Amino acid sequence: MAEEKKDLITLESGEMAQPFNWTAGVYGSKFLTELRDNKKFVGVKCPKCGKVYVPPRRVCGPCFEELTELVPVSDEGELITFTVVSFGFVDPATGAQKAVPYGYAAIMLDGSDTVLLHYVNETDPAKIKIGARVKAVFEEQRTGSLLDIKHFELI
Amino acid sequence: MEAVAIVGAAMTRIERERKADGYADLVYEATRAALDDAGMSIDQIDNVVTVSNDFFDGRTISSMAIMDACGSYDKNVTTVEGDGTFGAFFGLMRVLSGSYGTTLVCAHHKGSESQMPLITNAMFDPIYARMLGIEAITSSALQARAYMTKYGISEEQCALVSVKNHGNAFKNPVAQLPLELTVEKVMSSPYIADPIKLLDCCPISDGASAIILATEERAKKITDKPVWAKGVAHCSTAYHLGDHELHDVSALEEAAKKAYSMAGIKDPAKEIDLVELYDAFTYMEPLWLEGLGFCEQGGGGKLTESGKTAAAGELPVNVSGGCLSGNPVLAAGLNRMIECALQIRGDAGEHQVDGVKTALAHGINGPCGQSHCVWVLGGEK
Repeated sequence: MAEEKKDLITLESGEMAQPFNWTAGVYGSKFLTELRDNKKFVGVKCPKCGKVYVPPRRVCGPCFEELTELVPVSDEGELITFTVVSFGFVDPATGAQKAVPYGYAAIMLDGSDTVLLHYVNETDPAKIKIGARVKAVFEEQRTGSLLDIKHFELI
Repeated sequence: MEAVAIVGAAMTRIERERKADGYADLVYEATRAALDDAGMSIDQIDNVVTVSNDFFDGRTISSMAIMDACGSYDKNVTTVEGDGTFGAFFGLMRVLSGSYGTTLVCAHHKGSESQMPLITNAMFDPIYARMLGIEAITSSALQARAYMTKYGISEEQCALVSVKNHGNAFKNPVAQLPLELTVEKVMSSPYIADPIKLLDCCPISDGASAIILATEERAKKITDKPVWAKGVAHCSTAYHLGDHELHDVSALEEAAKKAYSMAGIKDPAKEIDLVELYDAFTYMEPLWLEGLGFCEQGGGGKLTESGKTAAAGELPVNVSGGCLSGNPVLAAGLNRMIECALQIRGDAGEHQVDGVKTALAHGINGPCGQSHCVWVLGGEK
């Protein structure tokens, strides 16, 4: 409908949020506890296809098999793909904005068959290559979150 | 499959901000126009499927806040969360059920009213991914890098898609963003998340669209230019990004294979006259063309370079301007279907391509094409 823009009213939702308490589940809790307490990674292995999932989960999608065998995986791995992000992102949980630019990558840890998404501490695309070796760098203070990993560094 | 046709189709103009109009206004405009296109009245609509997303709307869509606007008062109305191509699939099933002679499918989106990165961030797992800031652009950049590195696709080849589709938009009166571009202009636009630059990205948009599906019996009474659903399928891959390789588009290949089989298509490059696909980012066009079987894996860049996908080429792709020229996200796939229907009917106006008998429309759900829906539409049953 045609109206002058100055006559139009918009209502702001303001700072309201929808708070949730998402359970990490039994395997997720084990994964996050290992990160927090021991700076170690845990995956889970499919009894049928042998694929190792990191973080661990209950079901192998392609096989529809229940997964029960938790296995340790390395804190080092291979960079599968990456980007250097140039726009700011505000974390909905904390309201904090990540400083730009920052490196973002998909990392396959040694012993895992799936990738983990995380930061990589390099922002020059010319210095990063698919296939590069990376290692997790942990925060001093850890709370049981993916953010207990500060970033992955090129090694 | 029993014959089902699109008998009415319409979309609103796609704009950056339709400040005067709420969701319901846009839906009413599209519904009214689709009914007028079909020459139907609302009492000839047997049931309604609406398409949206709770986060984009900022409310639970199952509560049917647009039910008046889409003419579903006292009717069976339901919602599909996701892209319009998937909503249309559900609409088709309702017609095929035998319970309804006609189904209205409408989709709406107001990107101007929300914070896009926060909403697309919410696609991702809240335990393992959201706090790291991943959203549509970042995840697409990861996919673009994986795809371009694997097959040697250049940023210049992707830039050609931007030049082509923004150029096509000049002839489409509902397109939001016709732009006169060169490869150099695209290449010198700033990186958003490398290798994706500003002019590789679709804009934020407002818009709505609607189609009316009918059984053969009803379709023949309604229109002398029905557009038949020859084949349709959708297929989904893993939720967690990176459970499979990002350049792997097997979900699209599977959806295309099934849709082609239903439509009796053996060689899509020869038998399909026009393609409208979901090009939210430039690299998606060559990647999806590969998945759809129009060239070999890794051949999408060269296919674009060859000029075959231009409006006057052998296989026109996104003659409408595509999502790059206007992306009302959830309506975008339905818009692809509407564009195909108009082309088949010969009603596409200034951007009409000669002799379109069979056309392919494509939509996606989820990051990096987690799910793909492929429609083969035709003028003959």
